[in-house]
Amino acid sequence: MTHSLRTPLSRARGLGSAKHGVGHFIQQRATAIFLTVLLPWFALSVLLGTDGSYDSVIGWMKHPLNAAGTALLVLTGLFHMRLGIQVVIEDYITGPVARTVSLLANTAIPAILAVSAILSVAKVFVGA
Amino acid sequence: MSQAGYLGMSMAGPQAHDKRPLSPHLQVWRWHVTMATSIFHRASGVALYLGAMVLTAWVMALASGPEAYGAYMAFLMSPLCLLILFGITTAACYHLANGIRHLAWDAGKGFDPKVSTATGWATIIAGAVGAVLVFALAFLA
Repeated sequence: MTHSLRTPLSRARGLGSAKHGVGHFIQQRATAIFLTVLLPWFALSVLLGTDGSYDSVIGWMKHPLNAAGTALLVLTGLFHMRLGIQVVIEDYITGPVARTVSLLANTAIPAILAVSAILSVAKVFVGA
Repeated sequence: MSQAGYLGMSMAGPQAHDKRPLSPHLQVWRWHVTMATSIFHRASGVALYLGAMVLTAWVMALASGPEAYGAYMAFLMSPLCLLILFGITTAACYHLANGIRHLAWDAGKGFDPKVSTATGWATIIAGAVGAVLVFALAFLA
């Protein structure tokens, strides 16, 4: 160690904060606040406004407020989910390969779910 | 160990080398309700990953037409799926209730040990009661 030509400053560089922590913290709370409204609204609206049959749910989803609310719930929920699971991965998965693969999957899966759900809501809302 | 040596180790990934205990270190802590609610919050959040998939598949089935929707709903109504759905619903109700508790903490309220113990029990009860209410609305109303 004492024979290294690198200076202590050079060795310390890059080991600090990534400067993303506060943004993560605030985004987690902001999405949480919106979800305290969106999730109970969605559950009660579907449970009370439909009987679960295809025709009644299609009719419900064709209302602009319901389609927009469902899309907002999916986007906000998946964003919140990605932030939360990211912390779980960073806490428990220490191997560099497993951690990188898990973090990439934690970006890909919410993105796939979000696009699939939004396109589906749009198709029902617009569609025949 | 010299400071330089420690920094060199950090670059290789400190967590792979350190033998220090991880918080909250389940083997040495006596279980108490505020610790349990913290662990349940994380566990229910992970469980809701499956919930997000179930919800997305439901919207996709709806967009795919009456046959796909009917087949998916029949699948969801199988005994095993109903059990899993009840678990997801419990996780959602609990995570919502305890999430509000966390937001209150973020605002600096409710840190008193007596208050946080009481609100901890309240969130556990809210999770169970909420799930039963949702299932009652879904199947009885």
